[in-house]
Amino acid sequence: MPECFPTFVAMATATRTPPSPTTPQTAPGTTPRTTPPRRPRRGGLLRTLWGSTIGKKAVMAVSGLVMLAYLVAHMLGNLKVFFGPDDMNGYAHWLRTLGEPVLHHGWFLWVVRVVLLTAVVLHGVCAWQLSRRDLAARPVGYRHRRHRASYATRTMRWGGIILALFLVWHLLDLTTGTVNPRGQAGHPYENIVAGFGTWYTNVIYCVAMLAVGLHVQHGFWGAAQTLGVTRPGLARLCKGGSTVLAVVLTAGFLSVPLGVMTGLVE
Amino acid sequence: MNLTLRIWRQPGADAPGEMVTYEVDGISPDMSFLEMLDTLNERLTARGEEPVAFDHDCREGICGACGMVINGRAHGPERTTACQLHMRHFADGDTVDIEPWRAAAFPVVRDLVVDRSALDRVVGAGGYITAPTGSAPEAHATAVPKPAADAAFAHAECIGCGACVAACPNGSAMLFTSAKVNHLGALPQGAPERESRVLGMVEQMDAEGFGGCTLAGECATACPKGIPMPSIAAMNREYLRAAARR
Repeated sequence: MPECFPTFVAMATATRTPPSPTTPQTAPGTTPRTTPPRRPRRGGLLRTLWGSTIGKKAVMAVSGLVMLAYLVAHMLGNLKVFFGPDDMNGYAHWLRTLGEPVLHHGWFLWVVRVVLLTAVVLHGVCAWQLSRRDLAARPVGYRHRRHRASYATRTMRWGGIILALFLVWHLLDLTTGTVNPRGQAGHPYENIVAGFGTWYTNVIYCVAMLAVGLHVQHGFWGAAQTLGVTRPGLARLCKGGSTVLAVVLTAGFLSVPLGVMTGLVE
Repeated sequence: MNLTLRIWRQPGADAPGEMVTYEVDGISPDMSFLEMLDTLNERLTARGEEPVAFDHDCREGICGACGMVINGRAHGPERTTACQLHMRHFADGDTVDIEPWRAAAFPVVRDLVVDRSALDRVVGAGGYITAPTGSAPEAHATAVPKPAADAAFAHAECIGCGACVAACPNGSAMLFTSAKVNHLGALPQGAPERESRVLGMVEQMDAEGFGGCTLAGECATACPKGIPMPSIAAMNREYLRAAARR
């Protein structure tokens, strides 16, 4: 056995292949004695991810990034309202013709809606399950309370609930037109002006857009960390980028109700 | 120094607990926090009362045995362990709240003592290198690049005190687990088992009832050994990589 050799012999032979009789041999098909028994692992990538906290966070990160990409496009599209009814309504119509003739009229929007619905459901289910787990992990709180983490971080859960409720209102307002004072299909510009003519719509949208900003500010940087961004330069970019994204999105979205309120859009 | 202490007293794991107020006088600013508790316990014993139970061992900040939440902060106001926290960081007449680590995975045993064996089981699920033990291997047999050695050592500094779990709003052990995963993952000796290690340790971490990470950053702020937040992102990457290769 090499352990029995004097040290200098062991050092001298360290780079050589040890003679085969001294190597512990294992019969084919059996596990070496030194290896502890491994638990059998089953299931693929999706099952692994769905079964772990890190995996569920990764699902939240990816679904969140999908929604965020949509929000950026949505916010930029909203700015069409400042170019008048023809531009805005023409843009809305173009969205329905997008992808023709490969796609049928309006199918592009339906593809987007299916993707978004999937993202919203996955994001919400994971958030619900992880939150329940997190709350259960600290059954007894501290008597000495103090503020922990940033405001954006602390308001992720309630902010998410506010955004989910807002989403329902928003669809009833400007997609189906149910709660819109005008609610005429194919005339988004007129519907927007009519909607933001009421105080409650303005309040709802302003609160929700601030919530979007806070959610994105923590969410984007969180998604980057969850997906494993470790290079210092890229990490700084993502951290700064989350604040920039949050401010730009909030300002862009708020500009529409503010534009109607100030009479810039009428 | 004279202090008013409000300490969590709980006679046993299943017994109800409460905050009990004690007045201590004659505390030297040069005492450590644990010496201050020793002083209190001496007086309690002399009065025939039960002393306050708390974990401690090396008292030089390297073993990870001591740990208590002082005024809402794990290990108190300074970034160190409770044994290395000195009373000069408190003012005469202060009221100090002392509570045990609070987490579902850390049941209270008595007073300020909690059972942290959940962390041991997380390490047991892969936080080691499977190699025949015996005499130490020749140090130059496996070349380790300096940056990798430095990264491994930075994470190896984790003493497993559990302050990250205590500070986390979700009672999550992500910083602890990431320190162990990154410590071994940075070294060539740890590379062959990197997938099974991270998958096994995260699975055990979840099974112990620790919460998930919401990237609040409280853990890294509380860590007496300075394990940084990017450690968690590095473990996330390691986990997703391993899950994809499974």
